[in-house]
Amino acid sequence: MHFDIGDQYRHRLSVVHLLDPRVKVVATFSFILTVSLTPTGVWWAFGCFLVLILAVAWLTRLGPMFAVRRSFVALPFVLAALAVPFTTPGSVLFRIPGLGWTISEPGMIRFTSILARSWLAVQAAVLLTATTRFPDLLWALGMLRFPRLLVATIGFMYRYLFVLADEALRMLRARSARSAHVPKSPRPPIGWQGRVAGMMVGSLFLRALERSERVYAAMLSRGYDGHIRTLDRFRMMTFDWVALAVVVMVLATPLVVALIQ
Amino acid sequence: MWLSPVELHIPDGFLSPMVSAVGWVLALVMVGFAIRQTRDQLGERQIPLMGVLAAFIFAAQAINFPVAAGTSGHLLGGALAAIVMGPWAATLIMTAVIATQALLFQDGGLLVMGWNILNMGVFTAFVGYAVYALMRRLIGESARTRLAAAFAGAWLSVEMGAIAAAFELAISGTSPLRLGLPAMVGVHAMIGLGEGIITTGAIALLQVARPEVLAVGETAPGRKRASFLAIGLIVALIVAIFSPLASPSPDGLEFVAEAEGFLSRSLDPLYEVLPDYTVPFITNEITTTILAVFVGTLIVFGIAWIVGRTTFRREAAGN
Repeated sequence: MHFDIGDQYRHRLSVVHLLDPRVKVVATFSFILTVSLTPTGVWWAFGCFLVLILAVAWLTRLGPMFAVRRSFVALPFVLAALAVPFTTPGSVLFRIPGLGWTISEPGMIRFTSILARSWLAVQAAVLLTATTRFPDLLWALGMLRFPRLLVATIGFMYRYLFVLADEALRMLRARSARSAHVPKSPRPPIGWQGRVAGMMVGSLFLRALERSERVYAAMLSRGYDGHIRTLDRFRMMTFDWVALAVVVMVLATPLVVALIQ
Repeated sequence: MWLSPVELHIPDGFLSPMVSAVGWVLALVMVGFAIRQTRDQLGERQIPLMGVLAAFIFAAQAINFPVAAGTSGHLLGGALAAIVMGPWAATLIMTAVIATQALLFQDGGLLVMGWNILNMGVFTAFVGYAVYALMRRLIGESARTRLAAAFAGAWLSVEMGAIAAAFELAISGTSPLRLGLPAMVGVHAMIGLGEGIITTGAIALLQVARPEVLAVGETAPGRKRASFLAIGLIVALIVAIFSPLASPSPDGLEFVAEAEGFLSRSLDPLYEVLPDYTVPFITNEITTTILAVFVGTLIVFGIAWIVGRTTFRREAAGN
């Protein structure tokens, strides 16, 4: 058993996959920002952005439902906004029998807008990750002036993510193998089980610490001087500039019209 | 997915753009300080050590234990990282974890990532560390106090993250404080127990197996400043919680309810980015209160920072 579902990159030969990752990062952030700035209840604007995201999804050749299917990860958080339809004052849309709670119309509009913003943003992020290799994504973030050291640390983390996740899985398997449980017998107390889990975490920490020391020694022996050097992976072509311009135009037009209204 | 997400990862769309922007600015400032601090502390070991430990936190979040009714206790990790590595290194480690979760798994949004970094990385690390250090100093050094201190630090760190998230959601008009705060605090009081138990177990193991590792975290540089920052944060939060209640209003709760009503109405102008070239929310006294709380938070933060810095300097000069 290996932790190998972690990488979300899906290889295809498509226009979106071939774009410069910087363009994709900028486009994704602009998309999420635009969606967040779109005023509550302007449905046609949200519709425009949905069409845009579906068009990009179609261009990626990942299948029409790919982003939609993966976009439900944010769903549990809807709970946080669940009170909005009840607490926003306005004309009563619906009264829950028995409890006397009322759902107001502006409240419902705002709730749906929050969901729309969240759903569109997650789809954009899904498409970015699915069409860009993670090292390329980090390279783009570095080129876009994100703190270099942080980007290098994340790159390192990504390299050892799978190693340590496998290590954790092995420990979990070992625990299951040693924790036989006779049906109907009393379970061990929660505190004890938690302590075992904690000891596992502590032991995983020691293994990680020792691994980092070995890794560092290996890096030193290969001439590491505190700087991580990367190749220039991409160059902005005419096509990339055109794609960027198109995305900005398509995003800006509905937003400006929606804000003016 | 085998990785159970912690309920603190705020997705995009749930915070207003203004709130998100403030979060990014604060997060980048904190990460910038964390990078400087750990560079002095670790030198060129910084990238490999931080990277592997970030991967460790990510993997450790998968280690869980069954609690009841299909739920399980698991780790967020900010407090544990701060106890073993010091708060600044923990900030950097948790930032890497949160960024990877958002970029790779869409666990938490991109535009709101600043607040996710603050809630789950900075606040948990500093509060966990400060409580751990403070309790050990108050009670005295022993193996048992260390475990108690670790438990308290871990539990409170999760609570602090939840309180902060509730405020961010309330200011964005997504979840009224009157309902959101008790819900978040209540749920995370339970989740915090799992965090506390696992953190305590990990410290118990380290205490027996490698006590010198714990000593490294406890003497990590910047800890004076860190505790001042954490105390400042706690004071700021207490002020933020009680300032609406301490207003000249007959009923505190009623006042909060009013504030909620106003917040929901004021949201639309906020999205329109200051229409008519006026600042509509400055004129309203309730928003002014909230704005004042925000500015106050920043000021308390700044004072704590300066006090911490001068004490640190004086100590450095004394040595």
